[in-house]
Amino acid sequence: MRPGSLARLFPSRHRGVTLAGALVIGALALVAALAPWIVPGSPTEIAKDHALRPPTLAQPFGMDDLGRSILSRVAHAYRVSLGVAVASVLLALAVGVPLGLIAGYAEGALDQLIMRPLDVLMSFPAILLAIALMAVFGTGVLLVAASLAVVYTPVVARVVRAAVLAAKVEVYVDGARALGAPVPRVVVRHILPNAATPVLVQASVLMAIAILVEASLSFLGVGVRPPAPSLGLMLADGRGFMVQAPWMVVFPGLAIMAAVLGFNMVADGLRDWLDPQQAAGRS
Amino acid sequence: MLVYAARRVALAVPLLLGMSVLIFALMRVVPGDPATVVLGFKATPEGIRALREAFHLDEPVAQQYLRWLAGVTRGDFGLDFRQNEPIGRMILDRLPVTLELTLLAAACTALIGVPLGLFAGGRRGTAADRAALAVGLMGVSIPDFWLGIMLILGLSLGAGLLPSGGWVPFTESPLENLLHFALPALTLAVSRAAVLGRLTRAAVLDTMHRGFVQYARAKGLGEQAILFRHVLPNAAIPIITVLGLQVGYMLGGAIVVEMIFTLPGVGRMTLDAVLERNYPVVQSTVLVIGALFMLVNLLTDVLYGWIDPRVRRR
Repeated sequence: MRPGSLARLFPSRHRGVTLAGALVIGALALVAALAPWIVPGSPTEIAKDHALRPPTLAQPFGMDDLGRSILSRVAHAYRVSLGVAVASVLLALAVGVPLGLIAGYAEGALDQLIMRPLDVLMSFPAILLAIALMAVFGTGVLLVAASLAVVYTPVVARVVRAAVLAAKVEVYVDGARALGAPVPRVVVRHILPNAATPVLVQASVLMAIAILVEASLSFLGVGVRPPAPSLGLMLADGRGFMVQAPWMVVFPGLAIMAAVLGFNMVADGLRDWLDPQQAAGRS
Repeated sequence: MLVYAARRVALAVPLLLGMSVLIFALMRVVPGDPATVVLGFKATPEGIRALREAFHLDEPVAQQYLRWLAGVTRGDFGLDFRQNEPIGRMILDRLPVTLELTLLAAACTALIGVPLGLFAGGRRGTAADRAALAVGLMGVSIPDFWLGIMLILGLSLGAGLLPSGGWVPFTESPLENLLHFALPALTLAVSRAAVLGRLTRAAVLDTMHRGFVQYARAKGLGEQAILFRHVLPNAAIPIITVLGLQVGYMLGGAIVVEMIFTLPGVGRMTLDAVLERNYPVVQSTVLVIGALFMLVNLLTDVLYGWIDPRVRRR
């Protein structure tokens, strides 16, 4: 899309929400990327004499029970959080988009063959399926991302399939077909672009959920393994000290919320932009 | 209506079977011999042999599955080797806690979400509306387990108002029972209430444009009366549908909440079993929670068809 058209298509208010969300995510991603160079102290080095120190100017988030800087740990944990979110969504897109495309275009038996097993995956609450997968395959960053991808693939496939079903009856698709365009070309050039925007909205919603689910799994002890700093693990550690050192639970939680809020804002803005009629009714 | 309901039920049966196959298959791909994994480091050759026999692990996998399925349909989930107790009984003991938590949370969700949405929708575009929208966005983004910790920190450890965990049977003391459920239900409800509030607002705004609302306004009805007598009943369909779906999601969220508030429900049982690598129990509880989730969605579908006859024809 040309940059000029963006401003025209995007009513300013929705652009504002989306941009604010994108800014939040951008800032957090920058913190994550630069974490080793900008944080005040090592995220893993144990310094018992600093244990449970309240927040100060130099250490605005305070110290944990082992004297580690909570700010440093939060910054490093964002690498895990955002990494898992991006990896799981990309993986789900890589599998879900082709599946949804084929199911929607082929319909009939092939559609059933693809979608019915995916329906089964969607018949579980997401977190329960993720926990069951982690129970079987073990814990660790990569497995969390893979489990989330399994949970998300049916969601992506459904969104793509719905967009394909709506687009394939359009006149321009018939036209392309009549002009003798081969099926792959019709699908990729003329049908797939219709799925791009709903998939984009869904992807940002899924990113928000991925951050929440990764944190929940790690908090429950079935997600990221302890030496790696994770926001969920920090909350689990902090629970035991929450009366003496509330900062141990306050800041990692706020950190999760900031990232989730960012992605939800992007999703909200995009959704309104995509569905101007509903947006007009909404606000 | 009956045809519609029957069709929904018929669609659910293959899904349920699919779920059972998936869960069974998952638990069979656990790395290592299931018998060794279940017995852990205490495994002796005799113990493993006894367990292999008890679980019929030497039979073909398909036969094992059918045997398990046949048992499950009779409510027989087998024996838990750790506690030496029937798994079905363990689930039955814990299910009321999870169901009570879910129902109370659903009530909280409706009591917070619907008024929030009505409030915002009735004052479209005002500062109050924007504030309600912002609160909704924040609510959607709060990790519920963190909210639970914060509520414990503030309301039970800080102010000493409510218990921070544990459970008292309803039959023993209804008041104590409800007090113990207050924070968990609220924790589970907040983010869902935010979603419901946003949806209610959208549904209210959608209905506000309809002719009958304009007619009611034209005949001089007050805004309050319009909102409650004409708008709300029409906005109820999407609200009830979403609330139904949310009850399903709460069954998943209950796992985390039961753990934080040390409630003896099925969610906590699942998590404990996962952490102990007690696969026969995981297999059973995941199936039960999954089936409940599906049942709730099915009921929502049927209810939706009952309220809105147009849906039935699809």
